Amino acid sequence: MNESTHHDSAQTWQNAWKTRSIILKTALAERLAYRGDFALGTLMRFLPIITQIFLWWAIFQSLSPSAPNSASISGYSFHDMVAYYLLTMLGRAFSSMPGLSSNIAKTIRDGEIKRYLVQPIDFLSFLFWSRVAHKIAYYSVAFGPFLLVFFLCRGYFSAGWPDPTTLVCFILSLLLSFTLGFYLESCLGLVGFWMLEVSSLLFVYMLLQFFLSGHMFPLDLLPEPFRTIVNYLPIKYLAYFPAAVFLGKIQGTALLWDMLLLLFWVAFFYALSRWAYAKGLTRYSGFGG
Amino acid sequence: MTIIQIDQLTKSYRVYQKKEGLREAIRGLFHREYKTVEAVRGISLRVEPGEFVAFLGPNGAGKTTTLKLLSGVIFPSSGSATVMGYTPWKRDMQYRRKFALVMGQKNQLWWDLPAQESFRLHQQIYGIDPSQFQKNLQELTALLDVEKLLGRPVRELSLGERMKMELIAALLHSPEVLFLDEPTIGLDVVAQYNIQQFLKHYQEQRKITILLTSHYMKDVSALCQRVVVIAQGIIQYDGSLNGILDAFSGYKVVQLQLALGQSSQGLERFGEVLKADLPRVSLRVPRPQVSKTLAEILNTYSIDDVAVEDPPLEEVIAKMFHSIANTQ
Repeated sequence: MNESTHHDSAQTWQNAWKTRSIILKTALAERLAYRGDFALGTLMRFLPIITQIFLWWAIFQSLSPSAPNSASISGYSFHDMVAYYLLTMLGRAFSSMPGLSSNIAKTIRDGEIKRYLVQPIDFLSFLFWSRVAHKIAYYSVAFGPFLLVFFLCRGYFSAGWPDPTTLVCFILSLLLSFTLGFYLESCLGLVGFWMLEVSSLLFVYMLLQFFLSGHMFPLDLLPEPFRTIVNYLPIKYLAYFPAAVFLGKIQGTALLWDMLLLLFWVAFFYALSRWAYAKGLTRYSGFGG
Repeated sequence: MTIIQIDQLTKSYRVYQKKEGLREAIRGLFHREYKTVEAVRGISLRVEPGEFVAFLGPNGAGKTTTLKLLSGVIFPSSGSATVMGYTPWKRDMQYRRKFALVMGQKNQLWWDLPAQESFRLHQQIYGIDPSQFQKNLQELTALLDVEKLLGRPVRELSLGERMKMELIAALLHSPEVLFLDEPTIGLDVVAQYNIQQFLKHYQEQRKITILLTSHYMKDVSALCQRVVVIAQGIIQYDGSLNGILDAFSGYKVVQLQLALGQSSQGLERFGEVLKADLPRVSLRVPRPQVSKTLAEILNTYSIDDVAVEDPPLEEVIAKMFHSIANTQ
């Protein structure tokens, strides 16, 4: 009896993974249906690097007109700043979820959500694996350009490669930032069960995220008390945190605590998205659909 | 054994009453008025396995709401229902694997991919055994004549072709119960006919239970032995299609072809002349008097050909809806 239950659950697991891989393949194929637009969009994202580098150069030059290369802002030299910026770009390649929230809200508003109530498939896991596929498609196209940019800018990484532990933490933080980004934006999209239009909400979120994730500038540049507040918010994990880990800004016990806090936020938003979905469905089903 | 059992099912929901004008819109920001819409008001129904039942009714009658309740998309306000022993709105995964819902205006296929890819995803989602999947797919594509279209992106298919693919997607897992909400909406006559024929054949072969809503009488008369008329959220009629004529139409149409040189004068005393296009004349004659009237006409006039027909179904049903609306 015990054995057969064990066997069954192994089969269920196997089946669940097979479903995920098929979703992955299908979503990947869909992504590649618009090859041209996709490739162009991917490459265009590299353009802002150039303007950012010039901007920071201008800032450092104004700080110390004679020797901009030796000037520093809160411990960041010009080189550190460029390295930081490149790393946040990499972090955002994992954590940003273009179109996720608005698509969830649209699925709810248009009633397409019915499909996930009628078919034996879970809406959120379906979205999760489709998103993994989107990311894989994106990396496969963006890998070359990323490599090239990092190679050309290798001189900005004055400290060289971090030690293996830091590197492992960096990779882990990238993967977790993907999960965090996914569940956080899913929660925003699920607000669509209560509000017909979520675009203003998303706009506010994007704005906050731009400043508070570290996408715009390193968060340790912020004055107190903002620095401490932002440090406890989940948004910093979307861009600042992976970059800071790579650059060795967070180490030892502080790194461990930060990783634990990241895990907490992932679990929190996972649970929140599940709760919001269940609540939202009850509401949707009660109202007529 | 009853496969679908519905008892005193009701569904009402609140809708925000929007009023005209900016002033009212601003007032609406602070003080909202809601109206309760009773979409389904106590429906009880039993369906036996293998029945093909049509839901007829004007727009907003509660047909689609009933199908949504039976597919578990929405919760009822009161009452109960079981389909194959499951309570639909509990959304049991076992239940989901055993039925299918097709909505004429909704798309469940991936727009940018060939239908084939969506089918493969369905195979996995529903856990269809690979050999069974191949067999079902071959059978369905052959019946619907779409083998050549499997590899074409869905967005490039015509509406009729897309509907066929939707039906295949819904039937791949061999559901025992199928809910069809206006499957032929917007299709041309040929596509409508093809889908009708397919459904008829498939249902006869597999003996599955189908509930269908449609506005096309042709669909209904071609497919369904049993018709349930829903209007104002309640069942107004449940029986055969011909029974509707008996219950709601008190007359027959007598078609006469007059002999050469025969004048049509005086025919109006037998019944209202619907059409006079000599030598053909159509008369509306009350049912009980048909045989007596016909005998009299044949005695008095020289007639080449006679046919007695039921009035067009659309007309009878439109009248029925109208009379229901007026009595409420």
